[in-house]
Amino acid sequence: MRTRALLALPAAALLALTACGGSSNDAASTSGRSSAAESSGGDLTGTLTVFAAASLTDVFTDLGDQLMKENPELDVKFNFAGSDALATQITQGAPADVFASANEKQMKVVTDAGLQGADPKIFAENVLEIAVPKGNPGHVTGLKDFENADLTLAVCAPTVPCGAAAQTVFQAAGINARPDTEETDVKAALNKVQLGEVDAALVYATDVEAAGDQVEGIEFPEADQAVNEYPICVLEAAPNPDAAKAFVDLVTSDEGQKALTDAGFRNP
Amino acid sequence: MSRPREGGVPLPLLVPAAIGTLFLVLPLLGLLIRAPWSDLGARLTEPGVGEALRLSLVTATLATAVAMVLGVPIAWVLARTRMRGRSVLRALVTVPLVLPPVVGGVALFLVLGRQGILGRLLYEWTGFTIPFTTLAVVIAETFVAMPFLVISVEGALRAADARFEDAAATLGADRWTTFRRVTLPLVSPGVAAGAVLCWARALGEFGATITFAGNFPGTTQTMPLSVYLALQSDPEAAIVLSLILLVVSVATLLLLRERWLGRAAAA
Repeated sequence: MRTRALLALPAAALLALTACGGSSNDAASTSGRSSAAESSGGDLTGTLTVFAAASLTDVFTDLGDQLMKENPELDVKFNFAGSDALATQITQGAPADVFASANEKQMKVVTDAGLQGADPKIFAENVLEIAVPKGNPGHVTGLKDFENADLTLAVCAPTVPCGAAAQTVFQAAGINARPDTEETDVKAALNKVQLGEVDAALVYATDVEAAGDQVEGIEFPEADQAVNEYPICVLEAAPNPDAAKAFVDLVTSDEGQKALTDAGFRNP
Repeated sequence: MSRPREGGVPLPLLVPAAIGTLFLVLPLLGLLIRAPWSDLGARLTEPGVGEALRLSLVTATLATAVAMVLGVPIAWVLARTRMRGRSVLRALVTVPLVLPPVVGGVALFLVLGRQGILGRLLYEWTGFTIPFTTLAVVIAETFVAMPFLVISVEGALRAADARFEDAAATLGADRWTTFRRVTLPLVSPGVAAGAVLCWARALGEFGATITFAGNFPGTTQTMPLSVYLALQSDPEAAIVLSLILLVVSVATLLLLRERWLGRAAAA
């Protein structure tokens, strides 16, 4: 943890520098304006800085573009990274408007420090799914196939989040998994499926969706034992609170929820 | 040769040399300073550590053996023949030196993987696949480390006096005998130097291994892989593992240099 904090410091400092320039503008432009401007469209100005988990990159970029189209004066900037790195940056004083975390643990880091502007809302869920190469050459049908020593199987290492989730579902299902490789992150596991070198890998549903036609996904009931919940909140020190609230509203709206389902997330 | 005088080192060389040395040595010192010395003993005896170290030592040694069998002949071809396209060959066999190891791993997949050009045939005929086995670790390490051996041996061959070989030939020795009885002993210090470099590089191999061989304790999880994984969950453990790898590498380089290269330099 200490190592991470050290690594995050220069990044946080850099963000502080760039965002300070922006926030003084925001203050000038938004002062005197009533907060009724929220999502009514066209009225938001300045810069909105959203810190979001890397897995949200595609959906949030689209939603940000939409918000900018509705508000020509608004500039939405994203900082996509691992949730723990983002939480560290925020607690180190990085001036973000919105924080969207890939799990409640990292959101708690921020709320424990009292930095949330409003209570975090769960806006999406991610579950594990079995990824198989196109055509399913290993004839995989469910989680039970991870016991099959004849298949070539990939999971994430127990030390990384997708590996911890995998262990939870294996335990819940009473399955004695026999993987051939414990990959260092979920993308590496998916990559082995894309190359056709493994018969199946346990990854997130969103990764299967993002992989496109090369990969097929198989849902399994035990996935409900390890649901990853994504909370979002406006931050207390948000330089642009109006735009921040508008973005959170967009994410939790029917429209935002549909964009998330299209990307493979489940609605809470 | 005259010995360089102590006081004769010009300052413009000494200062950058000192800074450069610090730059290379400080990170290693950092490892020593931050190491959790108090519970080092307990951490060293953790079951995964010995397993990963043993696997690393075995695979690096096998990779070096393969590299010597295949690499010395390549070096000989490069140094002793007048084949057309030699410079192209030299460039090709040393590409893994500059290639990002992850790319090397992907390239190995494309040839030897289950869906690869050769790997597919192997799988269809025998049902055996190379990725995710210890063999895959050895292959990945050989791919990345062999160029170090080839370069060292080629350099030694070029520096060796070819008149000994000519003399052997005039006395009736055929080329194979000449190679075994004259050339090889002549360049053995160069071969040893190349082997040490190759072994050390294989020991530290990460990118190609994790891509092509995967990561499974006892089968494909070598020391560099377990360092990387430990860093994500337990940085202290990563420091301990790094320390072991550092000690093994430095000890090997020191011992072997003293023993073989030192003698060669003195000769």
